[in-house]
Amino acid sequence: MSTKIYVPSDSGALSLGAEKVAQAILREAAARNIDIHLVRNGSRGLYWLEPLVEVETANGRVAYGPVRTGDVAGLFDAGFLGGQQHGLWQGRTGEIAYLEKQERLTNARVGITDPLSLDDYLAHEGYKGLKNVLAMAPADIVKEVTDSGLRGRGGAAFPTGIKWNTVLNAPAERKYVVCNADEGDSGTFSDRMIMEGDPFVLIEGMTIAGLAVGATQGYIYLRVEYPHAHKNLNAAIAAAYQAGYLGGNICASGKAFDLEVRLGAGAYVCGEETALLESLEGKRGMVRFKPPLPAIQGLFGQPTVINNVISLASVPIILDRGGAYYRDFGMGRSRGTLPIQLAGNIKRPGLVEKAFGITLRELLYDYGGGSASGRPIRAVQVGGPLGAFVPESQFDTPLDYEAFAANWAVLGHGGVVVFDDTVDMARMARYAMEFCAIESCGKCTPCRIGSTRGVEVMDKIIHDENRAQNIRLLRDLGDTMLAGSLCALGGMTPYPVLSALNHFPEDFGAPKAPETA
Amino acid sequence: MNQPDWNRDAVAAAIEGLQDKPGALLPILHAIQDALGHIPPDSVPLIAKALNLSRAEVHGVISFYHYFRETPPGRHTIHLCRAESCQSMNSAGLEAHAKASLGIDFHQTSADGAFSLEPVYCLGNCACSPALAIDGEVYGRVSPERFDEIVGEVRAQA
Repeated sequence: MSTKIYVPSDSGALSLGAEKVAQAILREAAARNIDIHLVRNGSRGLYWLEPLVEVETANGRVAYGPVRTGDVAGLFDAGFLGGQQHGLWQGRTGEIAYLEKQERLTNARVGITDPLSLDDYLAHEGYKGLKNVLAMAPADIVKEVTDSGLRGRGGAAFPTGIKWNTVLNAPAERKYVVCNADEGDSGTFSDRMIMEGDPFVLIEGMTIAGLAVGATQGYIYLRVEYPHAHKNLNAAIAAAYQAGYLGGNICASGKAFDLEVRLGAGAYVCGEETALLESLEGKRGMVRFKPPLPAIQGLFGQPTVINNVISLASVPIILDRGGAYYRDFGMGRSRGTLPIQLAGNIKRPGLVEKAFGITLRELLYDYGGGSASGRPIRAVQVGGPLGAFVPESQFDTPLDYEAFAANWAVLGHGGVVVFDDTVDMARMARYAMEFCAIESCGKCTPCRIGSTRGVEVMDKIIHDENRAQNIRLLRDLGDTMLAGSLCALGGMTPYPVLSALNHFPEDFGAPKAPETA
Repeated sequence: MNQPDWNRDAVAAAIEGLQDKPGALLPILHAIQDALGHIPPDSVPLIAKALNLSRAEVHGVISFYHYFRETPPGRHTIHLCRAESCQSMNSAGLEAHAKASLGIDFHQTSADGAFSLEPVYCLGNCACSPALAIDGEVYGRVSPERFDEIVGEVRAQA
C-alpha cells in the first residue's frame, strides 16, 4: 500500500518552497522505488514550520518541518514514511501544542483535507449543513444563524442573522449573496487560508445564505493578489456544479443557486461593502451613502447579503450542529470562535482559531513565543491598518468586541501584527495617513484631503517643526476624519494614528505617557 | 499610439466573450491585461462602445484601480509588500535593496526591460514577512540576499 504524504499547496507554504519540496519527495520516492501518494493539502497554519510535511502512519499523521529540499533524502533515510525520528520531527500533528489547544470550527478541515476533493469534503462532515437546510423554511435557517450569535467577521461585527433577516423580508424578484473576499488588511490571511485550503466550506455557506434569503445568484469578490485562491475557488465551484451542489437544482431539491468569482484590481477601499458592490457593477470603487443599506438596495439595486469569507464559512457548522452549539463558545456578546492571525515580528506566526475571550498576552507569548527578533514586543496592531496600536499595558484584554472597544481599539478581521522595540510609532502614524491617502476613493473630503494633510502634519512633527501646535492639529484632524468620513477608511485611520500618539507620545517628541493599567 | 492588429484581436475577443455578463467592465479589463500585460489606451473606445459607456467612464475605472496599467510592464513584475506586517520585519530595508539593485523606483521598469517594480499593500503572506510576489508567485521571509537569489532565478528562466 502506498504511503500518503501531505505537502501544502497553500501560498504561504509555497512562498517558502513547498513546491520544490513536493517535487523532491516525488523524485526521491521514484529513485528509491517507493510507492507514495502525494496530497497537496492546505496549511495547518503553523507558518514557522512551513513547508510542513506530514506522513500518514498507522499511528496517525506525523509532521516534519520546516522541510527544505536538501532535507528530503535524509527524511527518507531516517524512515519518515514510518513516522520515525528526525531533526525536523514534530510528532503527531494534532498533538503539536499550538494546534492541540485550538478550537477549530470554521477551519475544521483546513490543512487536513485535499481542498479540491469533494469526496474528502463530504468525508469530513461537508455539506451536512446544507442537507439540513434543504428541509428547512427560510425563516428557520435565518433564525438558526441569529441564535448562533454570529457577527460579521470582516471587522464591523454586525449580527449576521439580522442582516439576513432584512434581506429575507425585502420583497424583490432577484436577490444576491456577495462574499467579500477582498482581504486587504495587513496581518490577515484567514480568508485566504479558507479559500485555498477548504473552498467548499465557503461555497456551502453561500449556498445556505442563498436558500435562507431567497437569492439565486452569488458572487465572490476576490482580491487579485490571491491567484491561488482564485484557482482553487474556480476548481471547487466547477466540482460543486458537476456534483449538483450548485446550479438550477441543488441536490435534486428544485432550488437554485449559481456562483461566480469576480476579481478586484488592487483597491483597498473595495473591501468596504458599498465600494465593493460598485466595483462588482463594473464601476470605480466609490463608497456609497447609507442608507439605503445593501440589504435593501445592494448589488444592481437589489437586496443583497454581503458577508466576509469567515462569516459565510462559519455558517455550515452552525446549520450542521445548531446555533446553540456555536453560541456556547465565546464570551459576552462575542459568540463562537475567531480565527486569529499572528503576523509580523513574532516567533511562531500563524493561525489560531479560538473562542473569544483569549487574551492578547496568551496569543503573543503562549502561542506566538514572543518576537521573532528576540527583542521585547512594544506594540501590536490589531484589526488591520485601521486598527489601533495596543501597548503592553493592555495585553491582558480579552479578545472580545466590546472589551476592545472599551480600550478604543478594534478586533477587526482578527489580524495581530507584532512590532518589537525598534519600531518608531510616529513613522507608523505617518504611514497610516499615507496609506489612507493612497487608498482613499476620494468621495468624501475628510478622507481624501484629511489623509494628505495628515501626512504633512506628521512630517512636521517628525522633523520637530512647531511640535506642540502640530500635535494639537493632528488631534483636531483626527476628530474631523472620525466624525466626518463616509466610511471606515477615513473614519478609522485616526485609530492607528491617535492610538500611536496616545500610547507612545515619546515617539512624537511629546512627554512620555504615565504608566496605566 | 498604434497597436498591432493582434492586440486589437485580443481586445475584441475579450470584449466579445464577456460583454454580456452583468458588471462586465472589470472582467473585460482583466482579460485584456492578462492577454497583453496592459490595457492599451486604444482599446478604451472599443470597450466603451461595447458597454455603452463613455470613454471617460472606462478610463476612470482603469485609472481608479492600482492593478490596471496602460503601459506595457517589464517581462516580470515584482510586487513588493509595503504594509505593516512586512514593515515589522524590515521591508523598508528590502525595498531599498530592491530599488538599488534593480536601479529603479516603484512604478518603473529596469533598463533591460526584465523587471517592473510595483508596491502592494498586503499579499496575505503576513506570517512569512517580508513578502513579495513575482508574476503572481509569492515569496516569503525575503532577505536582501534571498531577493538576489530569487531575482537571479527568475532572470535565468526568461
